[in-house]
Amino acid sequence: MHGYEFYVDPSRCIGCQSCLNACEECETHRGQSMINFDFIDRKGTTASAAFVCWHCDDPTCAMVCPADAIKKGEDGIVQSSLKPRCIGCSNCVLACPFGIPKIFPEREQMMKCDMCYDRTSIGKRPMCATVCPSQALAYVRPEQIAWRREKPANVFYFGKQRITTKVHMMVPADTEAISLDVLDHIWEATDAVLSQA
Amino acid sequence: MPFFRKPDTEALWKDEFSIHTADERYVSRRQFTKFLTLASLGMFVGSLWILARSYLMKGAVFPRATVAEAREIPVGGVKLFAYPTPADRCILVRTGENEYNAFSQKCTHLSCAVYFERETNRLACPCHHGYFSATDGSVLQGPPPRPLPRIVLERRGQEFVAIGVKVG
Repeated sequence: MHGYEFYVDPSRCIGCQSCLNACEECETHRGQSMINFDFIDRKGTTASAAFVCWHCDDPTCAMVCPADAIKKGEDGIVQSSLKPRCIGCSNCVLACPFGIPKIFPEREQMMKCDMCYDRTSIGKRPMCATVCPSQALAYVRPEQIAWRREKPANVFYFGKQRITTKVHMMVPADTEAISLDVLDHIWEATDAVLSQA
Repeated sequence: MPFFRKPDTEALWKDEFSIHTADERYVSRRQFTKFLTLASLGMFVGSLWILARSYLMKGAVFPRATVAEAREIPVGGVKLFAYPTPADRCILVRTGENEYNAFSQKCTHLSCAVYFERETNRLACPCHHGYFSATDGSVLQGPPPRPLPRIVLERRGQEFVAIGVKVG
């Protein structure tokens, strides 16, 4: 919007969690952070990753919504669920391959990152991108991201599902698409692990 | 969503429950209020126009038109004519030897054409059984709210000349 694009680069994330706090400051959902923040492997590494919603071209969350509550605007932003419609069924939470939507059971409503719609729709930067010190979350013009060593990609494969997104992921320069099959990450516990547990 | 969808372009559910805000056909309270306001404004302007037109029509000058000859109508007979325009059908009834009455043929209830009922000497509307007096056009029975408009006639020898319409 307004010539800016969102770029996520987990390799730059230093785990400061500024984005979480900045997101909580947003007036539309004060006190609730919509950032998805992960420690990749808490035991083995300090690596962390912060994600915003990827705003898919064909959003899975909206497609599975039985109440027609998740809508995508003409600017490509997938909005939080509409309060009068959302029935809090969590279908979107389970369906989203990125794990973005958040359910608030006390409110019976799903809320998610809407790329700070009140800000970005008038040309301001989203809260998280303004505070990120390492620009792991960057909201810049495409020519400003071009000098980076990584290259932006917005094609994802989750098994057989192909997803193209509005938000870009910074990937190694020789990578075209990000592919992830859940089956690759399922492991069978050995007896040694089980005995420890 | 186009009115006629092309088959096999997209799944029907994607079309009917589109995820795009632009395809939203939900009518908000504000839209409905706007519609109500504009519609009642339109009705108000329309009523004003009808009122103004009825005021203007009061002083309207009617043309003179020869509508019938006395000898062509027997006692108890009728003659149909159009006055003041070809679209305004009228009925001339000879109820007595020297009694000629002309009325608009349009029933004041729902505009069906009335006919003369000789046996009872009244004008009958077949649609909802409305009856008018054949002598003065007043309502005798049934749903019509007003008497039939009378066509004012002037006799010139054997000819009848319509000179005006008297409503009410």
